Amino acid sequence: MSGSGAVRLRSVAGGGSARGARRSLGGPWGVVRRVLLGARHRWRRSLRLRVVTTTMLLGVFAITVLGSVLHAQIANGLERSRVSNAQYEALALTAQAQAQWLNSTSASVDALNQAATDIVTRILAAPGPDPRRFVVLTRSVSNDSDIVLASVRTGAPDQSVVSPELQQALADDPTHQHTQLTEVTVDRSDGPVPAVVVGTVVEVPNAGLYDLFFIYPMEQEVATMALIGRAFVVAGATLTLLVGAVAWVVTRQVVTPVRRAGEVAQRLSSGRLNERMPAKGEDDLALLATSFNNMADSLQSQIRQLEGLSAVQQRFVSDVSHELRTPLTTIRMAVDVIHGNREEFVDASVARSAELLAGELDRFEELLADLLEISRFDAGAAALDVEAVDLRGTVESVVAAARPLAEKRGSPVSVLAGGVPAEAEVDERRVARILRNLVVNAIEHGDGRPVDIHVGVDDDAVAVVVEDHGVGLRPGEAANVFTRFWRADPARARTTGGTGLGLSISLEDARLHNGWLQAWGEPGVGSRFRLTLPRRAGSTLHASPLPLSPEDP
Amino acid sequence: MKGRVLVVDDDLALAEMLGIVLRGEGLDSEHVADGSSALEVFRGYRPDLVLLDVMLPGQDGLEVCRQIRAESGVPIVMLTAKTDTVDVVLGLESGADDYVVKPFKPQELIARVRARLRRGDEPEPERLGIGDLAIDVAGHSVTRGGEPLSLTPLEFDLLVALARKPWQVFTREVLLEQVWGYRHAGDTRLVNVHVQRLRSKIEHDPEHPEIVVTVRGVGYKAGQAGA
Repeated sequence: MSGSGAVRLRSVAGGGSARGARRSLGGPWGVVRRVLLGARHRWRRSLRLRVVTTTMLLGVFAITVLGSVLHAQIANGLERSRVSNAQYEALALTAQAQAQWLNSTSASVDALNQAATDIVTRILAAPGPDPRRFVVLTRSVSNDSDIVLASVRTGAPDQSVVSPELQQALADDPTHQHTQLTEVTVDRSDGPVPAVVVGTVVEVPNAGLYDLFFIYPMEQEVATMALIGRAFVVAGATLTLLVGAVAWVVTRQVVTPVRRAGEVAQRLSSGRLNERMPAKGEDDLALLATSFNNMADSLQSQIRQLEGLSAVQQRFVSDVSHELRTPLTTIRMAVDVIHGNREEFVDASVARSAELLAGELDRFEELLADLLEISRFDAGAAALDVEAVDLRGTVESVVAAARPLAEKRGSPVSVLAGGVPAEAEVDERRVARILRNLVVNAIEHGDGRPVDIHVGVDDDAVAVVVEDHGVGLRPGEAANVFTRFWRADPARARTTGGTGLGLSISLEDARLHNGWLQAWGEPGVGSRFRLTLPRRAGSTLHASPLPLSPEDP
Repeated sequence: MKGRVLVVDDDLALAEMLGIVLRGEGLDSEHVADGSSALEVFRGYRPDLVLLDVMLPGQDGLEVCRQIRAESGVPIVMLTAKTDTVDVVLGLESGADDYVVKPFKPQELIARVRARLRRGDEPEPERLGIGDLAIDVAGHSVTRGGEPLSLTPLEFDLLVALARKPWQVFTREVLLEQVWGYRHAGDTRLVNVHVQRLRSKIEHDPEHPEIVVTVRGVGYKAGQAGA
């Protein structure tokens, strides 16, 4: 047990140096670390914070996924409808253009060029300044006529926006429309916008096949999608906040009663058995409150019952004590009168009987006294009567009282107390009883060798070590010496006497003080008993000022 | 030394045995078995000492003790089967001078009885002062400004012991030996309780004693004269 004390000391020292290192960090990193630690602490402490945060994170995730899918579908639909509109319009315009060409009578290159410009700008180009349609007329890849007309275009885009693949596809299959999605730059300041290009073929009289490309920029659709996107973001953020707020309100409704239950439980455990939770309504929380209150009721009644049992037990001990002691007193006095007059008995055996009777009566009384003391501890009826006492004085008076026995056994008893007062708040009667027990045991088991008593004191505790150099204790016996009626050596114990309860009572006395009573021993070397008591009544011990075994520093 | 002892005990065998032992010591004794008639017998017998059992039928031993104490300072030794702090302190507070725990040895009882009866020997005429009190040792009286204070013989002895050596701090053990006559370690609670009782009679403010002063961790001493 002294080993654990040493370990505790070392661990305390370790903690101190770690704290020092942390303090020396400081600086901005220290601030960040403190903030992080604070946040982590709040995270671990607040159920509401955790619930609200998780709910909001999940909400953001769900809204993002849902928004992306919707966004993509809307974009897709807009694009499809634009493409099909473009195709229908292109089909109609192509038919119109073809009809114009067929009615045209131009034959010269100039006239044809003029006609091409006319058709493209008057019929095919969108009316007014509407930029929603651009037209490009250009010579087909497959055209091998001698007459070459110049390309005609309306607006900024020229045939460079038309991919060679589309031109090739028109050359391969001139009877059908071909559609391509691309990007065009309508206005230099806006950058490229997506566009639909529909390509068809018209036959120009005398000049062969010419490709007619209709370019529809999707500016409107892009603007619509941007608007929808913005709306989605705003709606998503609002929804997330709303979800967070709902979670906050809901957890508040649940957490508040749970917190109240926690507070009530705390008050209950601190001994206020009449505390109950308010149980209103019929919901789950009311069920919790009702069950909690039922538990408290049952706890309270059980505790009352135990208290009652304990009171009965104490009463019984007290009654037995009185009932047994009165006749025993009479017997005691009668025996003493007989024993005092034993010289007058003619028969030697009667005189001897009187002696045996007196001796055994002593043992019987001791045993009864110890049994009653133990049962008082068991019933929880033992109470401390503390006052500030200098243990050196207690040790001295105990040693003085044990002097006759020590002289009889030939064991010199020496006290090594030091000059510092070993003052502590203790019940001196009980401490003297512990020490008397330890000293008498040491003398009786000391084989006539010296008995040393050490008194030690530090800021928190006082300790007394009683050391003999007799037979000592075998391994495992140190734990057993405090067991009731335990005897180290049954054959030897008969001669040394004692009730077998002395050390058990001492241990209970030490525990009543929140103190330690520990044993150490080695065969042939001797044994040491250490009593450690807190200097302030009711405080807890952490270490003893004296080592338990002589090997410890 | 002749003495008259009143035994108040409901156990007839024990009472008879006590009578035998007391007679063997040359003391006269009278027996009463129940608490209710104890006071009456006490008045008729006028004993020098009372042996009183705590547990009595009719009337509690503590109550009997209080009644006797109300009209007499005669030494009372309690016979008790209890050793719990509360019970012993209650017994002492109700006015008992000393107590013996059953089962006791006859010699132990006789020693306690003798110690209480010993004061029959006449002391030398002696006058002492402690605080603002004047003590006439031979006359067994304590006065404050001419007004007599009523103390039991034990309280008187305790006060005289402290007043005789006002420079000395008395440990509880020393007081037990000098006042109660314990040769070996006794119960120091005897001292505590009787100091409290004494203070309640002689101090102006028993909460802040000035005549019998506590020396923390050691014991008691007489306060500074005139304090």
